[in-house]
Amino acid sequence: MGILEVKNVGKRFGGLQALGDVNLSVKENTVHAIIGPNGAGKSTLLNCLVGKLIPDTGSVMFDGQSVLGRKPFEINQMGISRVFQTPEIFGDLSVLENMLIPCFAKRDGAFSLNAITSVPSEKDVLEKAEAMLEEMNMADKRHMHAASMSRGDKRRLEIGMCLSQEPRLLLLDEPTAGMARADTNNTIDLLKEIKEQRDITIAIIEHDMHVVFSLADRITVLAQGTPLVEDDPQNIRGNPKVREAYLGESA
Amino acid sequence: MFGLDNKDTRMLLVVAVLTLCAPFILNPFPTDSAMAQFNAGYPDLMQRFVIFGIFAIGFNILFGLTGYLSFGHAAFLGVGSYSAVWMFKLLSMNVVPAILLSVVISGLFALLIGFVSLRRSGIYFSILTLAFAQMSFNLAYSVLTPITNGETGLQLTLDDPRILGVSATADGSIPVTSLFGLEMRSTFEMAVGPWAFQFNAGYYLCALILLAAFYLSIRIFRSPFGMMLRAVKSNQQRMNYTGLNTKPYTLAAFVISGMYAGLAGGLMASMDPLAGAERMQWTASGEVVLMTILGGAGTLIGPVLGAGFIKYFENIFSKINDHVLHGWFSFMPDGLEDFVVFIIHPFIGKGWHLTLGILFMLVVVFLPGGLVEGGQRIAKWVKGRKNKDDSTSATKTPAE
Amino acid sequence: MDAILLQILNGLDKGSAYALIALGLTLIFGTLGVVNFAHGALFMIGAFCAVTVQRLLSLSYEVVDETQKDFLGNPLKVKTSYVESWFGPEMGGAIIDWAVPIAIIFAIPIMILIGFVMERGLIKHFYKREHADQILVTFGLAIVLQEVIKYFYGANPIQTASPEALSGVANVGALFGTEIFYPVWRIVYFFFSVVIIGGIFSFLQFTTFGMVVRAGMADRETVGLLGINIDRRFTIMFGIAAAVAGLAGVMYTPINSPNYHMGMDFLVLSFVVVVVGGMGSLPGAVLAGFMLGILEAFASMNEVKSILPGIDQIIIYVVAIIILLTRPRGLMGRKGVMEE
Repeated sequence: MGILEVKNVGKRFGGLQALGDVNLSVKENTVHAIIGPNGAGKSTLLNCLVGKLIPDTGSVMFDGQSVLGRKPFEINQMGISRVFQTPEIFGDLSVLENMLIPCFAKRDGAFSLNAITSVPSEKDVLEKAEAMLEEMNMADKRHMHAASMSRGDKRRLEIGMCLSQEPRLLLLDEPTAGMARADTNNTIDLLKEIKEQRDITIAIIEHDMHVVFSLADRITVLAQGTPLVEDDPQNIRGNPKVREAYLGESA
Repeated sequence: MFGLDNKDTRMLLVVAVLTLCAPFILNPFPTDSAMAQFNAGYPDLMQRFVIFGIFAIGFNILFGLTGYLSFGHAAFLGVGSYSAVWMFKLLSMNVVPAILLSVVISGLFALLIGFVSLRRSGIYFSILTLAFAQMSFNLAYSVLTPITNGETGLQLTLDDPRILGVSATADGSIPVTSLFGLEMRSTFEMAVGPWAFQFNAGYYLCALILLAAFYLSIRIFRSPFGMMLRAVKSNQQRMNYTGLNTKPYTLAAFVISGMYAGLAGGLMASMDPLAGAERMQWTASGEVVLMTILGGAGTLIGPVLGAGFIKYFENIFSKINDHVLHGWFSFMPDGLEDFVVFIIHPFIGKGWHLTLGILFMLVVVFLPGGLVEGGQRIAKWVKGRKNKDDSTSATKTPAE
Repeated sequence: MDAILLQILNGLDKGSAYALIALGLTLIFGTLGVVNFAHGALFMIGAFCAVTVQRLLSLSYEVVDETQKDFLGNPLKVKTSYVESWFGPEMGGAIIDWAVPIAIIFAIPIMILIGFVMERGLIKHFYKREHADQILVTFGLAIVLQEVIKYFYGANPIQTASPEALSGVANVGALFGTEIFYPVWRIVYFFFSVVIIGGIFSFLQFTTFGMVVRAGMADRETVGLLGINIDRRFTIMFGIAAAVAGLAGVMYTPINSPNYHMGMDFLVLSFVVVVVGGMGSLPGAVLAGFMLGILEAFASMNEVKSILPGIDQIIIYVVAIIILLTRPRGLMGRKGVMEE
């Protein structure tokens, strides 16, 4: 029984069957990669996991509880954090404030009318945020305007924000898309570090095979809305079905 | 002090000094001088300064922090005024219950309108609030006449019950508003040489409430809640995926700012116990938008500055007429003098709104941060020049 | 039956005005992505074009007519308008009488020019800025424009008559075999707006220019990538939208005497119309305009008012709120327009 169990999930947009009959089981404390060619339904599947889309059929269970019908913020409070393809951070706020917000969300829940205390007086949250910035090697940037940072730093900050919530499942949506090689390698190193140091399950959607094979313990290949194979990385590499899906029928 | 850091404490103190000394500051001209008409230190006007200041501070909590642009805030001001006047009619002429009721009722009203309007964002939100406000205005004008007294406006009469007070004073007139017996209209006049300064009880009540309102807004801005509101403005998507429910945050901001507007409305009625539907019209909502933007939306002091600025110049400009202008420009040759007066004429007197509109456009185009940003830019420029002077003199020294 | 028909007719003239203003708002919004709070002011300027033309045409000089005496026996001063002296009393009189329709000829170039100046001088700089900023700056512009008009024309409504031949009432009921009397000018106004709306739609549908603009409304970036200069076309669309608003104003003057704040009054309702119709949908704007105009007319029937007092004052807003909450994109709105 995995921490995330996707059973018979289907989703249709008008005439397009985006997801056919998806079954997926993500084991606790592993890195599970979902790969597939463009239009395979990777993003649709991810959106079904976080509450942005509701599948037409099937069930999605996280740690024994259904996530279907819950709003994104409720699913996040259950322990699923999401990193976006283009970093989604609070561009108008400082780096430290960016880190404080998930820390407050962890401590106070989805809403709290904490309007009278001042932020600096919230010592416990402040310490936690500072520690997280330290861990992400961003402490020197704490007073920077978040929008003015490089893309690699924004990605790092976003991952840090997700980690500060101590999620049980971290979802990464093409975390290295559009990055230069150096930034990509830094991100891989960061994710490896996270994997080693924390009790965390990671599900990653990725295009870049280099990233996938450096990180994943288990890989699911998605094609035309249905899982083609699920196997260990070394077996996936040589699988003819996978090659076919990626290179077309003729190959 | 008061749980604020040094900078905020200083700002609060500056505002405190300015409001408490306003009767002096706004009356710089001796009573007999020709310039006396430009004095603004009379109670009626000073009350308006601080009341609109409160209104703008509240509006800024919504717009400045969350970026939700409401075009219907005057509705809450109007509701506050009506509630207060009803309190004067039914209970007593004491302003405390009246102000409390106006805050509560406008808060409830804001909860209702906010709950519906906040289901949409952006331009849709602006138009929904506009529609609600205009609807309230139309209702106050027509159907709700039993409550609002329609076009005439709600006024006190001699037959009002006033359970805890008297329907009429001993000499048969309508009693006046008071704070536990201290009449709001009572004014102490102090003559210093040729100057006359007026200290009005009502003004000081408003000023103290302004300070409290301003203090509270500083606390909100600096609190985790305020930070969350800024986060809503910055990236709602990230908010949702960080486990935060944006709706109660925006609704809370909306209700708080609605209560500020109701407080302003209640104070308005406490100073002059009548309430009319025109206070709810959308152009009145537009006015508070102007004040906040002009002063600097999202900054603490901006709305107060904006409200003061607009109300002050409204008063000054409407008093300037051609006669005054001719006086000012009499040093010029006749033809030129007439020409200059002719050019300025459309912008003064009744043309104040024209001036305001142009000023507002200039601010939105060139100075999105309002007066506060303007001040910062000037400060930076002065500083920069100073530094440049230092550096040039520094480079010169070795050459000598 | 007659009563219902009459209410539909009553709704048509206001509905026409709503539809025309909302159409222009939607054009600007759909093409330029700008929320124009000054659009009501354009409607008002159009109305004052009519006022100005009427005044210009009635400019007159005084002559002392020795043949006529007033009751004191002094020679009578007679006012004669220049137009009458140029074209003869009959022709001149007719020209003055037809001032409002004549004003259309003048209003079109003036409004297009104003539109160009507005777009190039101000709106252009706000394409990339937030919608809130666009609302604010055009709101400021609306205040300025209405104050300028107030300065030159005063605060009171100015009566502007329709041509003699088109004033009065006609029995429109005759078409249906009953008697319903209805002002002729309002019928004219309705047909006028139908012509304008039809013109705009066929322009967008059947010309290359219109095709590009429609493509630009659907996906601005792609059209820009094709190497088509979309900006210039959009400027022209702004001019056209301004002209539509202006013409709606010109023709509205005999129905309601123009005053300086009529623009603001119509603006709020037009925005509601646009939102109900669906942001960015031209047919939606027209449909919602007529629908809300007619609904408003029905709500002002005495039978309705006796059951729901005051409903005529708020019906449009109530409908707008209900529609926005149940159909967030309006009646015919496209997905993803103005949504964050």
